[in-house]
Amino acid sequence: MLNRFFLVFLLILSLLFVQVAHAAEVVVYSARIEQLIKPMFDAFTEETGIKVKYTTDNEGALLARLQAEGKNTSADMLITVDAGNLWAAEQAGLLKPVKSEVLAHNIPMHLRDPNDQWFGLSVRARTLVYNPKKVKVSDLSTYEDLADVKWRNRLCLRSSKKVYNQSLVAMMIAEHGETETERIVKGWVSNLATDPLPDDTKALEYVAAGKCDVTLVNTYYFGRLMSKDPNLPLAVFWPNQQGSGVHVNISGVGITKYGRNEKAAIRLLEFLSSAKAQNLFADLNMEYPANPSIKPDAFVASWGDFKQNPMNLSKAGELQTTAVKLMDRAGYK
Amino acid sequence: MVLVPIVIIFSSFFTPADDIWRHLIDTTLPELLINTFWLAAGVITGTALLGISLAWFTAVYEFPGRIFFSWALLLPLAIPAYVTAFVALGLFDFTGPVQTTLRVWFDSDLSWFPDIRNKSGVITVLTLSFYPYVYLLARNAFMSQGKRSLEVAQSLGLTRRQGFFKVALPMARPWIAGGLMLVLMETLADFGTASVFNYNTFTTAIYKAWFSMFSLEAASQLASLLIILVFVVIVLEQQFRIRMRYAESKRSQRAHRIQLYSWNKWLVVGFVFTVVFLAFLLPVAQLSVWAVQSINADFDLTRFGEFLWHSFALSALAALLTCSIVIVMVYAVRRYPDASMRYAIRAATIGYALPGTVLAIGVYMPMVWLDGKLSEWIFDGFRIDAGPLLQGTLIAMLVAYLIRFMAVGHYPIDGAMQRVTRSIDEAAMSLGTQGWAMIRKIHFPILKSGIFTAATLVFVDVMKEMPITLMTRPFGWDTLAVRIFSLTSEGQWEQAAVPAVTLVLAGLIPIVVFMRQTESQINE
Repeated sequence: MLNRFFLVFLLILSLLFVQVAHAAEVVVYSARIEQLIKPMFDAFTEETGIKVKYTTDNEGALLARLQAEGKNTSADMLITVDAGNLWAAEQAGLLKPVKSEVLAHNIPMHLRDPNDQWFGLSVRARTLVYNPKKVKVSDLSTYEDLADVKWRNRLCLRSSKKVYNQSLVAMMIAEHGETETERIVKGWVSNLATDPLPDDTKALEYVAAGKCDVTLVNTYYFGRLMSKDPNLPLAVFWPNQQGSGVHVNISGVGITKYGRNEKAAIRLLEFLSSAKAQNLFADLNMEYPANPSIKPDAFVASWGDFKQNPMNLSKAGELQTTAVKLMDRAGYK
Repeated sequence: MVLVPIVIIFSSFFTPADDIWRHLIDTTLPELLINTFWLAAGVITGTALLGISLAWFTAVYEFPGRIFFSWALLLPLAIPAYVTAFVALGLFDFTGPVQTTLRVWFDSDLSWFPDIRNKSGVITVLTLSFYPYVYLLARNAFMSQGKRSLEVAQSLGLTRRQGFFKVALPMARPWIAGGLMLVLMETLADFGTASVFNYNTFTTAIYKAWFSMFSLEAASQLASLLIILVFVVIVLEQQFRIRMRYAESKRSQRAHRIQLYSWNKWLVVGFVFTVVFLAFLLPVAQLSVWAVQSINADFDLTRFGEFLWHSFALSALAALLTCSIVIVMVYAVRRYPDASMRYAIRAATIGYALPGTVLAIGVYMPMVWLDGKLSEWIFDGFRIDAGPLLQGTLIAMLVAYLIRFMAVGHYPIDGAMQRVTRSIDEAAMSLGTQGWAMIRKIHFPILKSGIFTAATLVFVDVMKEMPITLMTRPFGWDTLAVRIFSLTSEGQWEQAAVPAVTLVLAGLIPIVVFMRQTESQINE
């Protein structure tokens, strides 16, 4: 009897609190911030009538949350701003593979998971930015070259705690092996003009102010700073063009294993790789569209074309822990 | 219930993460321990010096602008520490306006200018952000001691200085210790400031193990060590305190303040002003400049109003809930004052020392588990697939806040409770006042200032809180802090200034209300 009452009580509670799942709806957990993703969702809803509900947080918290929720998750889609976390989500069994002609056509091989569990949507290139008043372009060549003694006290780097640097080092390990990479990273550390900086913008400001001559940043930080103050003595250099190419990372998407709206979620994913959404990606944050048929924003295009490192980005996830340990050993804070 | 998240974090010890431990021990662990130790020691010393001296000056002396300063000194509470950190770095760093201008003036490379991206920089910023906890509680104590004890001390031939060190300071100990405990826990849990300064601490290592090495286990194990550390401090402090009984209940008359003269007076004014300037005016001024620069056409007022309303509603509800629960707990201890009860309660407050995201997931996991069980029962009973019930509701969110901010509510209310002596109860009972009437007529007036202090602190802290808000908010319940998170995580600090300034201003409201209350109480 009492039990019955309890259940009725629960039912009433559930009526109060359950956000009744609409047939046409996708729920997204996004580490990509609202301003950089909402316009795409709006465009999708406008085109298909499917509503998109989303919540933002940092990717580590979102992964832990997905894991805790397990089968009870309300999320259909996970968006991150790097490949490493998508790889980790796949390893934890949180994603499921998506077979889609559209995606296979729109997204280049190296920007998606070999097992089709995640897909890159925009490309973030991590490149060299230098002070043209103090550096001859002919002196610049590769990431590896920044370990050379000629850069002693001339290099600024962002903290090794940022995933962008961890991915870069992980990809270097994939290419050169651990021993060689450790030598390079140690070289970087001994060339530092000042302790590692908290963000890319700060690193750029240090170069512009003359504290150091060259740094490693994602291009959109450069773009933002230059559009605010076009007279800063800063210029982009594309490294490793004779070799493996510029290190790129992605902001990308996976479909969750236990989501309740799989069909709609895949539809959203395909939409995000289409021309319409890819143009939004290009315009919003000065990133490079993942879909090679879409041109970047005009200002971004003015920095020139470059060759991307074609190695598959799953390596960045696979070797991230190794990279972090290596940077600790090398004294890169 | 409050202990569940902590137990979950401790249970991580069953899953070994050997390789990460080996790596930590081989590389960064010694540095982390040393860094964390100096940081904690530095901030504790700094906040104690600032908090106690400021409380003493404003409680006992009369000087120009005293009333204004006595509440202005609380204002830094409204500014999240990472904001102060970012502003400090923005202003005084190599590329900041201060150094740039000086370089032009002196036409030199300014190598003598101190680099602020180091230990002293972090300590300074955290001290300026956290001293109000000590100030608030110490001031409360000094005000309620009354000048009488000091007068008694003087009549016994002690100088004013001896009176402070021998009478006033020891009598204020439980409050000061409470304030310092809060500071210690906040310092240990701080991630924002340490990462702005790229200063490696225990907390940054916890996040690194979790987010960069994908090991929540190693992160939880590190976090457990942190908890053990704090618990040791709590036990030590408790041992110390048990030997003393604090009972000063007489509401002091408005004894006249000691007038300060000539250069003494201006020294105090200068000191107090400098603190307010550095800890509040400067950051807010810089934020305002950025806010004006970045406010643009697409600023959405309706959404902004929504953020503000959400922040406000959540903070108020959380403050109400936390204070109510804490009062119940404090009464429980009073009724059954044995050691185990005391420790249980102190343990319940320890969550405050955990890095926010770690506690957030610790709170979230049992909630989700309970949710799963609930929906199973419902499915078994009714064949209805109800889906998650608790997740994404305000209830879940408020419980999480309660667990996080129990400590903030506990210390002030517990401190106030110490003033309600047995003899008061006995006197009241002999006059026929009992039960509810006693609580309302006798206890509440004494507890009032403690409760107000607690409510203000919780309110302001919830408003600034990020990780729990991010993880547990229902869809669409974005707050000002969430907005700040999304702008700063892509490095758009200037744009974040608009919500940050709003956050600070909204946080001022309870502080002003609070000061009004206490002032009027004292002037009664």
